[in-house]
Formats: sequence, structure tokens, C-alpha cells
Amino acid sequence: MTQTELKTTPLFNAHQKMGAKLVEFGGWNMPIHYGSQIEEHLQVRRDAGMFDVCHMTIVDLRGCEVMDYLSRLLANDVAKISDKPGKALYSCMLNNDGGVIDDLIIYAMEPAWVRVIVNSATRVKDLAWMRTQLGSSAVDLTERDDLAMIAVQGPNARTLAADALADEIAGAELLKPFNALLINPGAANERFVARTGYTGEDGYEIVCSNEQADGVWNRLAASGVKPCGLGARDTLRLEAGMNLYGNDMDETQSPLESGLSWTVDFSNEQRHFIGREALEKQKASGLKYKFAGLILNAKGVLRAHQKVIVANEGEGELTSGTFSPTMQKAIGFARIPIAAGEQCQVQIRNKLLDARIVKLPFVRQGKILVD
Amino acid sequence: MSNIPQELKYTKSHEWVRMEEDGTITVGITEHAQGLLGDMVFVELPEVDESYEAEQDCAVVESVKAASDIYCPVEGEVVAVNEELEDAPEQINVNAYHEGWIFRLKPSNPDDLDNLMSAEDYTALVEAEEH
Repeated sequence: MTQTELKTTPLFNAHQKMGAKLVEFGGWNMPIHYGSQIEEHLQVRRDAGMFDVCHMTIVDLRGCEVMDYLSRLLANDVAKISDKPGKALYSCMLNNDGGVIDDLIIYAMEPAWVRVIVNSATRVKDLAWMRTQLGSSAVDLTERDDLAMIAVQGPNARTLAADALADEIAGAELLKPFNALLINPGAANERFVARTGYTGEDGYEIVCSNEQADGVWNRLAASGVKPCGLGARDTLRLEAGMNLYGNDMDETQSPLESGLSWTVDFSNEQRHFIGREALEKQKASGLKYKFAGLILNAKGVLRAHQKVIVANEGEGELTSGTFSPTMQKAIGFARIPIAAGEQCQVQIRNKLLDARIVKLPFVRQGKILVD
Repeated sequence: MSNIPQELKYTKSHEWVRMEEDGTITVGITEHAQGLLGDMVFVELPEVDESYEAEQDCAVVESVKAASDIYCPVEGEVVAVNEELEDAPEQINVNAYHEGWIFRLKPSNPDDLDNLMSAEDYTALVEAEEH
């Protein structure tokens, strides 16, 4: 695919002005870094950085049956947030076999309005599945490709965003973690501000019209928020122990063997969410794998698809891997035999190297959580 | 356009080669190559005294983004490796042509060096890749 055929976000010109190295990412022309991926990573851990996440898909669901619809569509239980306006919930959307179609975040804004943010690479199949599952529900599904999204992340992100955007995001300073707020609804300067992110740091995800995205981005930059590319976004989410769809789980994997059991809510026995039956069968027959963090003892870099060997238990596989800029060690996620203890080996090229199995996450809010 | 020193020789797989006075050659990756890979975080050096064939993979450089094989420019025996890269792989980003050297090789047949690319030919290759 040549560059001219790639989709661009409303921030494309801003990226070029800021010296971004642009790469193809799921059909989009996106910044991978603006000079140094490691510096951008550390910038977010220590101060504040911003990411163009306009490629993500925003969907609004409206209608009096929206909560019933989501109660069936999602593995997590929308009832946890349905009477808490602005509250966010992370969930998987499963197929009938219990495989993961996508992971997503929903924001219950009003009793009859839920905003959903799904991945960019899965956009087409997600929308098709969500529409199929609508059936005769009184729910209206609208893709909001008129909206742009910028993530501002880091210990100083909220302070700098308040300096940069002032009245534009008035009220956001009161948001609790995992909550969102709609400001100036219906106006040209409408802002949807959520205290969520994909880095393990505090911050906002700010949604505005495509037309106003460039202005928001430039005001943030003027206040000292540094642009960061998808490269840093990946190393940050890995340190923070956050799954990436397509790497860590997909339609052939169960959330129960992908480190996502905490997002599958079986508690209401009357709630027949899609995939429930398959997951209950899987639980009854016994899980074979668990999902854990790996730290390489020696020098090197962990990468997705490297083979993991657990003595006496069998083999597993790295699903994601990188070099952690915060820990200065190779880290990764792996699907490994369920009885694995604390030690394993990873095959890197022609060598078997020792690695440690740890509980995720590796890093949260600037602090290393593993020894 | 990245720096491509005139006095060096090059390979199509983006290694640079410096002819030393003692008949050995020093090998590294070009500034263009390090720019494509980004921040270096690990280097797997070749074994000293080990012999490699031309175009055989003999070392690996890894950035945060990806791992990339380093190919031996000509057949020969490795006489030295840059052990400083084990603790400071970022030297390749900082100065690919000096502190970022990777290994020194004693070529089996000095005539093989004639097969390497000139700075001019390598410049043309990089320009073609960038367009």
C-alpha cells in the first residue's frame, strides 16, 4: 500500500511539522516516533506526553434498550456502571465460542446513551458484529468518524491539559479515574473528556470534532506536552500490563487464558452474554494456560511468538515483548502452562535464556512493581 | 539524507566497511540503517576467531522496535568485536561510523572487497528506498 492510499488523521499536518517518522499502521499513516521512542516513553512516565489516537473507532449507542443490549453483547457486566453517569468499563466482546472479537471501553453517559471505543484494526468486523447483535433492540448505532481523539498522559498531564485548554475542559479537573464528562454538548466546541488511557499513568483522553483537533493538539504542545508516537504507546502499555488486541488475544483465544478473567463477569446467573456458555464449558474442563509477565534475566529483547519452555510442564509462547525503558530489561507477556512456577526459558534465535515469571503489571504510575 | 562517508565501502544490506592499514576491515551499520531501526537496546556480537562466509548472518542488533541481522560483508575471520556495545548499544545511534563499530574481520581473500558498493552506489540505493 503506498502512502497516498493510507488514511490520515486530522493531526497529520501537525505530525509532519513536528518531525514525526510516519509508518503504515492498520491502513493509517501514523507517527511511530518524533525522534526517539525511548525519550517519548520516559517523557510520559516522568512528565506528560500526547498521542494521536484518532484512528480508534468511536461508536455511540442510543436508545432505551442500550443497557440490555450491552448486557448481552459484553463479557463484563454493564450493570456495574449503568446507573453511574460518566463511568467507564473495560470489556471484551466475545463470539459464540468465547473467542475475543475485540476489547473495548464503554462510557455510560446517560441511561440511554453509551459511548463505545473499539480498536482501529478491528473496526469493520466490530461494527458488523455489533449491528448483527442489535436484532430488533431499540438501540441506534452511530459511528462517530466526525470525532477526533487525543490522549494526554503522564503525572503532569492533567495539570498541563488544564493550563493549555482551560475553559475548553472546565470540570474535567473533578473527574475521578475511569470517568468521563461531556462539556458544551451539541456546540462546535463540544469536548468529551475521559480520565482513562493506555499507559499506566494518569491523564485524559480528549474527544473533539475533527475540525478542532489541530487546535487542541497545538495548545497542548504550547503548554509543554510533548508529542509521542505509537512506538512509545506500545512500550508504555506493555510496562503497564495492558493487553493489545491481535497480539495478546484474538478470536482463537479465550479471555480466561489471556489475562482477562477479571473482565469476565459471571456473577449474575441470569445474564446470558455472548460466549458465556463456551467459557463455562472451558472452566469446567479446566484451563490449560495462564497469562503472565516475563522478565528476561540476561541481556536481549523479548518479542511476540518466541517459544517459552517451562520445565516438566510444557511449552508456551510470548504474545508481546519489548525492552522496557523504565526497567532497562526485556519484558513480555506470555501464555504458559497453568502450573508454571516462577522460572522458565525463552528461545531467542538459537539460545535458551532464563526468564522469570511475574504477576502483571510491571510498572504503574512511574513505579516499578516487580523486583 | 543521512551521512554516507566517501571513504567507506557499503553493502546492500546497509553495513559499512572501513579498510584498515593492517589489511583487516571494520564493519558497522550505516546511519541510514540505524535511523530506520530506531533506539538500539541490544547487540549480539559475533564470536572472535569465528569464520563467516560472505552474506552469512553473524551478529544481531535490536532496537525497541525490531531485531535486525548483520551480514558478514566478505568471507573472513573475526579478529575483534566492540564489547562496549554490550553495555551501550545506543552508541550505534549516536555515531554509527565510529563508536558504533560492531566487529573487525580478516578477509580470506582481499580481492573480495572489490565486490562491495562505493559510497556513490550506496547513496543511490538509499535514495531509491526513500522514494
